[in-house]
Amino acid sequence: MSEATAPKAIEGTLGFIDERLGSTTFFKRNVKKVFPDHWSFMLGEIALYSFIILLLTGTFLTLWFKPSMTEVVYDGSYTKLNGVKMSEAYASTLDISFDVRGGLLMRQIHHWAAVLFMASIMAHMLRVFFTGAYRKPRELNWLIGLGMFTLGMLEGLFGYSLPDDLLSGTGLRITQGVTEAIPLVGTYIYMFLFGGEFPGDDIVPRLFTLHILLIPGVILGMVTAHMMIMWHQKHTAMPVKNQTEQQVYGYPFYPVFMAKTGAYFLFTFGVLALMGAFVQINPIWLFGPYDPGAISAGSQPDWYMGVMEGALRIMPNWEISAWGHTLSLNVLIPATVPLGIIFGGAGAWPFIEAWVTGDKRQHHVNTRPRNAPVRTATGMAAVAFYGLLWVAGANDVIADKFHVSMFALTWFFRVTVFVGPFLAFVITKRICLGLQRKDANVIGHGVESGIIVMSPDGKYSERHEPAREQERAVILSKENTRPEAPARDANGIPAPDTKGPLGHLRARLNRAWTFDDIPVEEHEEHGEVESGKEPKQLSH
Amino acid sequence: MKRFTAWRRRPWAGYAVVLAALAAIGVIYAGFSPQTDRAEAENTAQAAQDLANGKQLFNKNCASCHGLNAEGTKDAKGKPIAPSLIGVGAASVDFQVSTGRMPAMNPGAQMPRKEPIPEFNTSIKTDYSEPEKREEAEKQKALAEKNLADLRAYIASLAIGPAVPPASAVDPTKGDVALGGKLFRTNCAQCHNFTGQGGALTGGKYAPPLSGSDVTPTQIYEAMLTGPQAMPVFNDTTLTPKDKQAIISYLVQTREEPNPGGNGLGRIGPVSEGLAGWLIGIGLLVLAAMWITAKKPKKLKKS
Repeated sequence: MSEATAPKAIEGTLGFIDERLGSTTFFKRNVKKVFPDHWSFMLGEIALYSFIILLLTGTFLTLWFKPSMTEVVYDGSYTKLNGVKMSEAYASTLDISFDVRGGLLMRQIHHWAAVLFMASIMAHMLRVFFTGAYRKPRELNWLIGLGMFTLGMLEGLFGYSLPDDLLSGTGLRITQGVTEAIPLVGTYIYMFLFGGEFPGDDIVPRLFTLHILLIPGVILGMVTAHMMIMWHQKHTAMPVKNQTEQQVYGYPFYPVFMAKTGAYFLFTFGVLALMGAFVQINPIWLFGPYDPGAISAGSQPDWYMGVMEGALRIMPNWEISAWGHTLSLNVLIPATVPLGIIFGGAGAWPFIEAWVTGDKRQHHVNTRPRNAPVRTATGMAAVAFYGLLWVAGANDVIADKFHVSMFALTWFFRVTVFVGPFLAFVITKRICLGLQRKDANVIGHGVESGIIVMSPDGKYSERHEPAREQERAVILSKENTRPEAPARDANGIPAPDTKGPLGHLRARLNRAWTFDDIPVEEHEEHGEVESGKEPKQLSH
Repeated sequence: MKRFTAWRRRPWAGYAVVLAALAAIGVIYAGFSPQTDRAEAENTAQAAQDLANGKQLFNKNCASCHGLNAEGTKDAKGKPIAPSLIGVGAASVDFQVSTGRMPAMNPGAQMPRKEPIPEFNTSIKTDYSEPEKREEAEKQKALAEKNLADLRAYIASLAIGPAVPPASAVDPTKGDVALGGKLFRTNCAQCHNFTGQGGALTGGKYAPPLSGSDVTPTQIYEAMLTGPQAMPVFNDTTLTPKDKQAIISYLVQTREEPNPGGNGLGRIGPVSEGLAGWLIGIGLLVLAAMWITAKKPKKLKKS
């Protein structure tokens, strides 16, 4: 019974493949690979599966979409636009929506998948950041992820521009403004990009090629690299019982994880299909064809460009004119500075952190956000900065729906975009330290048992019991900071890393990173208290 | 009787009967139809009485801000409190009063649309099943219509201004929808949004939504004609009456059109879409992820 062999048909096929590819050894090695289990580890998978659905629905759409700016007179099923002059791109998108069977559903699934693709990447990146999963050896995958998000923004912007409706054109108009705002070469780049004056006939076919060929190709390559590196390095794990830096604790890829991730693909597809069927997105027939002379209230980009829109909306109108040139700071700053800070900062962060903490070790177990207060607080400051600019991008909708003054709202965002991140940093750090104190308490004194005992001299006290083993494992995953080596040792020799202004800076940052750390450890002297035999008054 | 019988056999007799019947129906209809003003117009004494009623309504509801002679009022610093109503015309009165914006409750950046005061409320419910209630409601509605007409006539009597458009000019089924959409996007959408969902303006002002069915074609026409509050005037040379009717047709037909793609999310563009993507999309998938990872296989075969 133990040596059961597969039927000949299977044996033969497997043998054929194995003799040529050596696949049996590969599968033997990889099929049992262990994956840790946590819901937040699935966020990246939403992006992966949305991307697959984007490729499939996108291919469907290319079968009917005509990337052409040739002017045509519409005559189709949406009678409210009959006789209106429009580009072939817009007319063919109307045809996909109203005359191609299943076309509107495919368009809507494609658009929702794009929205979810970007949203899940962002959620995934936040998870990676706040758990410290980007640390050595995973810095490269962190950078690849940032690259994919940036490319996703471009890809989304181009896709949004293709149907040539009024919203698309408005987005392209802003793209043109941003290109022109680049000092010295702006007008040249604008002319190269659009092939002449805005909007011209070239932009839609050009964006189409980039949207369906180049950028998805690059993203696909990056996805592959991302997955292979992840497979090679193994997934990080949450600090739970049985999990160590040396060994992953979880379920094998086959059969458990494969079933879970397969089911999750179906979930993603299901949610996208439901949204595509029941929630309308980008109703281009209501927006009308693009006309440079028309504009609408509520012209916003898709959510992932909202942060730039918001920056543009709250930016004061600064311009410098000198020597016959205009420097449009009013466009240049919102287009480059906020995202430069966010992406530049995120890209540099793993290396800055390693430099400041002097931590060059490999990490495979995640940190709880509370146990790295400076990192968590910096992350929340970035979230506040991004979030405020993002919300500012919808200022007119907020002003309209909540009946507040638009000017007041603009000034609110102008102030809070600077004050908000600072407040977020301070508040988050305090919360983290408070949680550390709570953890130290749980380990040091145990948890309240709800049992009141009276001592012989009449004192009442509550018995504390040690926390559950699983809980203790999670709490004790905190790595208490060790004091840095003193800047000068007993003989007055400075430590190697503290020389020069950079060394001083590093030493100061290191102190800021560690000085208020609250050690979470078991105290020997409280052993009796925890066992509950000799309860004594605990001061809290 | 003999002569009558003979006429009956003539070839034109059939036509004569139809003509006579039509004339009779016309006369009877004219006599019964409540909308007919002819009788009133013929009676100058009645017209004067109506005008007096209009003036009285004006003194009661409007004069405290607009002045006893509708000349407008200013505060101590010379800043206008309420504009002069001389020459604003019947269309302006009809728009402001029938949308409930006037008489205003309190001065602000912009007067909101609200239910008109009972004296002018022409859109009250009349379809009661109890005859006496129904009769009373109909009577009140007729009175409100007369009050509004008298007030319009009084303001129009002060100086010439734009008149209320006839029903044929605002019929939303008669305009060119495609042209209307184009004109709407060029002239109106920058404040009122793509499909007239409304939008924010500076200084606490706003462009009201045009998507509710309580915004009547006549009111849309009057708004274009008179440019109430923050809205510019689109007179008949800027937008011809035909253009105005096209815009009305576009708005009314579009707001009555169902959303082919499912829930329209308020038809306000990508802001609500982003919100739905995060809340519904990511929300559902996070729940699914929690559910999937919470499932533990009972036993794993040791190899």
